[in-house]
Amino acid sequence: MDQIIREKIKQVKKGDQSAFEDVVSFFQNKIYQHCFRMLGNAHEAEDMAQEAFIRAYVNIHSFDDNRKFSTWLYRIATNLTIDRIRKRKPDYFLDAEIKGTEGLDMYSQLASKERLPDEEVESIDLQRYIHQEISELPPKYRSIIMLRYLEEFSLQEISDILDIPLGTVKTRIHRGREALRKRLRHV
Amino acid sequence: MNCNNKSIELMHKYLDGDLSKGEETTLRMHLEECEACQKHFHELKRTITLIQSAEHISAPADFTSAVMKKLPTEKKSMKYTRWLKAHPVVTAAAIFFIFMMSGVFSMYNQNSELVVSKQENLIIQGDTVTVPEDVTVEGDLLVKNGKLIIKGTVDGNVTLINSKLIDEPIQSEGLMASVGEVNGELETVDQVFEWIWYKLKDLFEGVFAF
Ligand SMILES: [Zn+2]
Repeated sequence: MDQIIREKIKQVKKGDQSAFEDVVSFFQNKIYQHCFRMLGNAHEAEDMAQEAFIRAYVNIHSFDDNRKFSTWLYRIATNLTIDRIRKRKPDYFLDAEIKGTEGLDMYSQLASKERLPDEEVESIDLQRYIHQEISELPPKYRSIIMLRYLEEFSLQEISDILDIPLGTVKTRIHRGREALRKRLRHV
Repeated sequence: MNCNNKSIELMHKYLDGDLSKGEETTLRMHLEECEACQKHFHELKRTITLIQSAEHISAPADFTSAVMKKLPTEKKSMKYTRWLKAHPVVTAAAIFFIFMMSGVFSMYNQNSELVVSKQENLIIQGDTVTVPEDVTVEGDLLVKNGKLIIKGTVDGNVTLINSKLIDEPIQSEGLMASVGEVNGELETVDQVFEWIWYKLKDLFEGVFAF
């Protein structure tokens, strides 16, 4: 598949717009899903996912062929969604930390309204519930957890996508896993 | 070992595939004797399984077509290039016919000699005219009976008469494809009616020139 995408990108670079259609169609579910999980609603997800593809197209000449296209595309999509979140949320929420008990308390309080009593958990769609729990993580942990376990990127690739050091990726995935462990342990 | 920090850190290193042999042994030995850590480790692994089972979401049905509609239109030069490639060069008879019709023998005579409107800074080899990468042609460029490669920039209109625009294969160390730029109209004239049209336009533009 990588090879096919590589070829398509070459054609797009030469100016063949129709080759881009195959690229969109191949990545549409992944990118839409990524945006949906980052943003939590279908309307914004569609807007941002479309915008990600449009930006990729417009800037296709700045894409280095030696790199993985998916990494580049996810990077565009992630940056767009984070910008969008930044515009609608107060800063403290976006940059919320989940280290130590204090952070967790603050974080749990924020989410407590939507929390379901344990007995109801069994009755709802578990998959949806998990999706919900992931989407309630602060964005900087959420993006990494999603990229690692739902999109199956390596930690190094995540470091490329988010343009942050590998060590930071590891710290955040560690905290993200701990936060989710606490939230999912009763499931 | 301190359960709350050291062994939990090792668990995360394990999950990231970063554990050394020695650390692995340390962790395994600790897990065998500490129930709290066993539980913690189990919960972490289960969390990952749960994350991976999260609901899958598909893009709306018309997503791809919606994106395609919003893309900026293709570069004009690409359309022309594609058009040009799809249309073969005209026959000599047709060309002769145009001369008769348009009466521009001085401009378009029957010999197929290469004509370039300006030559400074351009590389001309045989019938191939190249605008080198670092060159900007100021003003319009006309090439007749030849091939044109644009690596640099043309700050004006490009007119190709019985000529072709050649795509250069790009080989610059994996960098992006740096195809040259035409900052004006790219016009190709290699068919009878096109040529007449071109001459008429030329004539009108001449008449109404400011
Ligand atoms: Zn322990």
